[in-house]
Amino acid sequence: MCDTCGCNVTHGNAHLVTNDGKLARTGDGKSAITVLKNLLTENDHQAAHNRFHFDQQSILAINLMSSPGAGKTALLEATIEALGDELSIAVIEGDLETENDARRIRDKGVPALQITTGSACHLDAHMVHDALHHMDLQGIDILFIENVGNLVCPASFDLGQHRNITLLSVTEGDDKPAKYPVMFRAADLVLLTKSDLLDVLDDFSPEKAEKYLRQLASEVPVLQLAARRNIDIESWLNWLRNEVREQRKRVEKKLTLRPAIQPEGSILHSDHSHDHHTHIHTHSKSHSHT
Amino acid sequence: MHELAICQALIDQVEDLARDNRAIAVRAIWLNVGPLSGAEIPLLEHAYPVAAAGTVAEGAELFIEPMPIRVKCKTCGVESEASANRLLCGECGDYHTGLVSGDEMILTRIEFDT
Repeated sequence: MCDTCGCNVTHGNAHLVTNDGKLARTGDGKSAITVLKNLLTENDHQAAHNRFHFDQQSILAINLMSSPGAGKTALLEATIEALGDELSIAVIEGDLETENDARRIRDKGVPALQITTGSACHLDAHMVHDALHHMDLQGIDILFIENVGNLVCPASFDLGQHRNITLLSVTEGDDKPAKYPVMFRAADLVLLTKSDLLDVLDDFSPEKAEKYLRQLASEVPVLQLAARRNIDIESWLNWLRNEVREQRKRVEKKLTLRPAIQPEGSILHSDHSHDHHTHIHTHSKSHSHT
Repeated sequence: MHELAICQALIDQVEDLARDNRAIAVRAIWLNVGPLSGAEIPLLEHAYPVAAAGTVAEGAELFIEPMPIRVKCKTCGVESEASANRLLCGECGDYHTGLVSGDEMILTRIEFDT
């Protein structure tokens, strides 16, 4: 089951698993094979490999997703300013073009690597892995991966992160969770950003946004904040501090965590047959990968 | 938008399986895709011939079976149908449900000439 990561096999379709891989001859010389493999198996393997590296170095990896302009980079800037002395942070930025976001992060004194995807609408686990080889993650507590601004595609690709955060700015519609259920179902935390604008916007109701989120069977916390003005960011910072503590506890127990909505939230590494990667990877610049 | 990337991943898997089974040509491919997988079936169907061109799967027919969305209520235990943005229990209306099916994106079957 490691080949499929099990994440798409549910009670509803598990009966199909029982006849996996059996070759059956049909009458006319054709052969048929029952497979039952997640289409993104290759990506999921790479993601598990990335997560293994993060866990080895006790790094909490967080994937930030939202539409373009919801304030992902501004959130990171405010977070670095608030926690910079307390926690060591690094950032991977994903955009179609430009180094602008990575530059903004570096201006705050934090290492940042920009992935420019060209025309690709999402980051995948391979892109993140390549980026890791150009970063020195020694001593890093939190790695933020700022995904391409897009409420559709990034939700489908595991990058190796432990947590997904979806941002919804109050200048967007409060029905975004109903319109983009796949994205919002993937969130471990939803942040309503630019909350200082709520006073001048009469068409966004945080209660309605939360109601639409609950209709997706999501029980995750919803926090409001205005990062650029440092309003209400304390709950967000506490959430982060707690996640860092939880990650350290998991690492001690040799446990790991995949982001929301996976049937097995916590799986042992030994279940993931990554024995061939038990050597220490530091991903420093001098490191070469064979 | 990411359906081409998904089809390319599909073709990689199909090529591996065709090689393992010494297939000369792939005739047909079956997928199960749920609405909560994040992949749109019509877009997969459009992207598929592009990804398959020049591979052992070129010309193979693609059959995609849409999967229903079903949830199981954590409160009353009843399993019911639901829609993509209302994953509520059909019996008691609670939102504390778990998805039983609907987020699949699975290669289920391949038919080929050997």
